[in-house]
Amino acid sequence: MEKVEEKFEPKIAAFVCNWCTYTGADLAGTSRLKQQTNARLIRVPCTGRIDPVFIIKAFENGADGVLVSGCHPGDCHYNAGNFHARRRWIFFKELLDFVGIDSSRLHFSWVSASEGKKWVDVVDGVINSVREKGPFTQYKKINREFEIPLETESKL
Amino acid sequence: MNQLIESAKDIFQNNKAAIIIGYTKDKSGRTKPFIAHNSDEAEKLTFNHHAVNNLAVYLTRLEKPKDGKIGIVAKGCDIRAINALIQENQIRRDDVLIIAMNCNGVVENQNEEFSKENTQIKCKYCQLRTPNNYDFLLGELEDFELPEDSQQELMNKLEAMTPEERWNFWESQFGNCIKCYACRQVCPLCYCEQCIVEKSMPQWIETSSTTRGNFSWNLIRAFHQAGRCIGCHECERVCPMDIPLTLLTRKMGMIAMKEFNYKHGMNINEPTLIGTYSTSDNEDFIK
Ligand code: SF4
Ligand code: SF4
Ligand code: SF4
Repeated sequence: MEKVEEKFEPKIAAFVCNWCTYTGADLAGTSRLKQQTNARLIRVPCTGRIDPVFIIKAFENGADGVLVSGCHPGDCHYNAGNFHARRRWIFFKELLDFVGIDSSRLHFSWVSASEGKKWVDVVDGVINSVREKGPFTQYKKINREFEIPLETESKL
Repeated sequence: MNQLIESAKDIFQNNKAAIIIGYTKDKSGRTKPFIAHNSDEAEKLTFNHHAVNNLAVYLTRLEKPKDGKIGIVAKGCDIRAINALIQENQIRRDDVLIIAMNCNGVVENQNEEFSKENTQIKCKYCQLRTPNNYDFLLGELEDFELPEDSQQELMNKLEAMTPEERWNFWESQFGNCIKCYACRQVCPLCYCEQCIVEKSMPQWIETSSTTRGNFSWNLIRAFHQAGRCIGCHECERVCPMDIPLTLLTRKMGMIAMKEFNYKHGMNINEPTLIGTYSTSDNEDFIK
């Protein structure tokens, strides 16, 4: 049988804060705005709650790209969570870039609760950028380091 | 090192400190960490080009003596670690008595004679050969040009690579890690009572030494040093697999410098970088 060439659809993990971006994404939905559906939203209380280890965990679980999004500076529900987060991201994005995970796979944005339209633009942009970059084969390779290949398994 | 022994004896005789953390030479001639408890033991103290260990690591590991201060022999880079611990509220300035040494560089291999070419990498870009925070300052500073810093070259090379090439470089490096955690144990700034790698509910970092687990371990350890690493190169020195760990932490230091004009452990009155924020921090990368 001829093998059907499968089109690559990226898997995006989106860490969004409860108060702004999640609500903004919700607004996009209730306003029936059209958007691509490759992003899995993970709702956290605040961008300040996003430990970089979450991002690594997302790649370990097969994400091809990650988006982190929260309230605009000055709008944080907890006053300063996003300011602390921003300072950490400056380091973390450079660190990931330094080991070869560049900014086409790791995205950041501020999206408020009223910016349903901006959410659609951001998420589409991220999905397109990761689709263009292709599957994150390098991480997938280390994810499968100790997986038993199917043929071997059947012989066991 | 008569000057050091004299001062140490004087410290014990006048009860200025309960113990002194310093270096001694063992029977085989190796220079190693040593804790003196009285003037007799103070005789054994030494300081030389093989005094590589950053003794500041003991400040958070040792039980605080009940009857006085902890004395500590410290080079410039060790002073930065002590300053950093004070900035991070882990120790109080009044609880330590710092016997600072003017430093002319250290050599990692105990069998090698000192020359300015074979010093550790950190000495080649050291900016604190004369310590800036001490109770006593001993030793003579020799005047010499610092030789080329070979790590900077490798750093430039890595930065010029494509992301894929950088990934391959680190994949082969991290692939070697055996998760012995020596890099953490020796680091004066890895003082957490429970390290993230020991958290098991949920488990964030795989404990087995798979390449994937090694990636998350080494990245998170480096990230926890963002704006904090004082560049003592102890992690890299002790790594049994010779992983160039300080490339990562030095990169973090370079960002702290570039983005915030900040260097940790230089001034005990400065607030920490990662514990604070500014409303005008760079956000060019945020959509
Ligand atoms: S990370 Fe390494 S170089 Fe930095 S302070 Fe710790 S041991 Fe020293
Ligand atoms: S790696 Fe992080 S959590 Fe572990 S001891 Fe170091 S700073 Fe603490
Ligand atoms: S010292 Fe080296 S081998 Fe040991 S855990 Fe650290 S990086 Fe891995």
